Amino acid sequence: MTLQECYIALGGDFEDVKRRLPTDRMVQKFVLKFLNDSSYQLLCDSLESKNYPEAFRAAHTIKGVCQNLSFTCLQQSSEQLTEALRDGPSPEVPALYAQVQADYKKTADAIRAFQEGLGE
Amino acid sequence: MAKEKQKILIVDDSEMNRSILTDILDSEYDIIEAENGMQAVAALQQKQEEISLVLLDIVMPEMDGFEVLQVMNEQRWIENVPVIMISAETRSSRVDQAYELGVVDFITRPFDARVVHRRVVNTILLYDKQAKLKELVAEQIYEKEQNSGLMVDILSHIVEFRNGESGLHVLHVRTLTELLLHRLVQKTDQYHLKQKDISAIGTASALHDVGKIAIDERILNKPGRLTSDEFAIMKTHTTIGAEMLKNLPFHQEHPMVQLVYQICRWHHERYDGRGYPDGLVGEEIPIAAQVVALADVYDALTSERVYKKGFSHEKAIQMIVNGECGAFSPLMMECLLDVSDQIEKEFVNGGGQVQAQQRELQSISQAMSQHRELSASHRTLQLLEHERMKYNFFAAMSQEIQFEYTLLPPMVTLNTWGAEKLGVSEVIMDPHHDPKNRCFRAEDWSDFAKNLRCTTPEHPLITQEVKLMFQGEPRWFRVIARAIWSSDEPPQYTGVIGKVVDVQESKVKMESLQRMASHDSLTDLLNLSSARKRIEEQIQAAPDAEYALAVFDLDKFKQANDNFGHSFGNEVLIRVSEKLRQSVRSGDIVARYGGDEFLIFLEYSQDLYSVIDRIFHCLSGEDYKGFLISASMGVAQSSMVGTDFNALFHAADMALYAVKNDGRGMFRIYDESIEDLPGRAEA
Repeated sequence: MTLQECYIALGGDFEDVKRRLPTDRMVQKFVLKFLNDSSYQLLCDSLESKNYPEAFRAAHTIKGVCQNLSFTCLQQSSEQLTEALRDGPSPEVPALYAQVQADYKKTADAIRAFQEGLGE
Repeated sequence: MAKEKQKILIVDDSEMNRSILTDILDSEYDIIEAENGMQAVAALQQKQEEISLVLLDIVMPEMDGFEVLQVMNEQRWIENVPVIMISAETRSSRVDQAYELGVVDFITRPFDARVVHRRVVNTILLYDKQAKLKELVAEQIYEKEQNSGLMVDILSHIVEFRNGESGLHVLHVRTLTELLLHRLVQKTDQYHLKQKDISAIGTASALHDVGKIAIDERILNKPGRLTSDEFAIMKTHTTIGAEMLKNLPFHQEHPMVQLVYQICRWHHERYDGRGYPDGLVGEEIPIAAQVVALADVYDALTSERVYKKGFSHEKAIQMIVNGECGAFSPLMMECLLDVSDQIEKEFVNGGGQVQAQQRELQSISQAMSQHRELSASHRTLQLLEHERMKYNFFAAMSQEIQFEYTLLPPMVTLNTWGAEKLGVSEVIMDPHHDPKNRCFRAEDWSDFAKNLRCTTPEHPLITQEVKLMFQGEPRWFRVIARAIWSSDEPPQYTGVIGKVVDVQESKVKMESLQRMASHDSLTDLLNLSSARKRIEEQIQAAPDAEYALAVFDLDKFKQANDNFGHSFGNEVLIRVSEKLRQSVRSGDIVARYGGDEFLIFLEYSQDLYSVIDRIFHCLSGEDYKGFLISASMGVAQSSMVGTDFNALFHAADMALYAVKNDGRGMFRIYDESIEDLPGRAEA
């Protein structure tokens, strides 16, 4: 799987990120790093424990990271969740959280597949 | 030599985001990372003057980007350290807010690496250039001010020289003028005076008598009273001075020229309108002239002149208050009375010169802090860096714990050596809520806080002994600290600096000396005087409890000494004291008060007889290496003879004597029948 194919699989905009970051190597480095980022786990944990300010910050961070990497799909759902959490939890939070979970899984699966391909 | 890289502080809670930015910038700059606002503030506090730029995220835990900007504004770091905000935030209100708080640029996510790089480089170049220009301008201004100050001094000295005055008059008037004005701005802002206006009026005051150079010397220095004609001529020094200023071919509009004009012309006006030359009334007289007039009168009264002696400070103040010399606004009179003590300190008790210099320094530093555009020059920073290096070196050599605490932001900074030995961080943010880095015990901490609250700007030093965990062991230390007060009016408490010195060994020595003084060296029991002290303390703490005092000695102890030798006697005494310790409770007091004489003091709530019986049988009856230990004991109860130590001791002694009369080896509790026993007096 190429990096470009990985972007298609996770619903991202490869052309956009290529334009903004200096080299493909750098894009690849940070795409792989995404799997180690703890913000998603923090989001899940803080929603679980109903710590909404912390959940807001975590969603906000995910959004920022996705923006940097042009992970459009996850960026959009995490952005909606961020706004739903901004002034305390709103009724849409559960539905938006489910969407973020689905998009995160799609993104992480695509990156893992890409990573496995690198080892071959 | 390779040029040192400039430092950039990257503040973002996401490790991903920080490392993307680091990748973009780290080939040209040294990167410092902070993962929340607290860490950012700590980094700035430590190396503010080394950091060339801050890249700041908004949404972060602990302290967000806006709060960091608040602190940077409060500390004025924002004036020297440019901040670029990077955020996914796009709402214009937030962007505006960021610009208002002084950020130079706002980059929205997702960012283009080249854009970030370009803006960072540009901003740093711009600030560098600006800093160099500022330095250039600051040095030129400094030189220019020095020169013009010198010219004013020379000119006013010439005027005085002609007047036959000492040369101190101008200095005094200037000092008084500034003192009065400082007080005035604390009381009212009706005159809209700023620090720079006060300095300007102070400088201008030096020329108040410049018109006198046109007055005939014979009149100026006439020893006796002036005739009315002469006085009329003398009075013209005001208008002549003003004319000279008015006819200056240049600088007519300069505020300083206008101030000097006002002061020359109107420093002999009176608030009641009866002054000269124009008879202005009340607030028609410009404030600069009002203040200089008062300063002039005070100094004229207290100085010796050819035609008069100088009055005392009190007398001069009194004369002015009584309206004997001029008429001033009620507000000016209040200011004069308010600063009267200060004036006396400055002029009467000498040391004025030094204080004037200190005040000068203070007002320079005040002016510095009020000018946003004026910042420390590069040379100052170098000096500062040199001082810091010196300080760090000595701090490391001295093996002392040194600390600094600032109130805003709440933060403790320790020297490396101290932090290491105490096992805490060098920088502790929000120390009140950081149990991990706590090294004071709770009671020491609350004492320390209380002592600090009692400091004043005049008495900022405190000393306190505390127990700290040092390399994992509790040890005694002495904290010597100085509270820091700002130079504001009124002064604000802003923090503490101090050092912590190990006093464990001297403390242990002191404790052992105290112990030696209060204990019997053979048996390590208390001696009589310290036992008595503790007994009295215990009684005082609970006067209504029931107490008993027992005294006993060893039967036939003299024989033990005679038959087995003194060292055997000592062994017996040690054995008895061991038994004594075992037989009493920990709260009871036991002492050895003579050769073989012992004392027991205890509080009891049940049957005293059985308590004493148990102790007594524990003590006696043992055959110690061929010597039968046997005791005779007398006991007194507070319920019978009261709680006075002497009364208790006397009664117990009487009971002991009664036992001895009855053949020893027993104990007896004192009762009234014992009083009648004969023969105690000669014992």
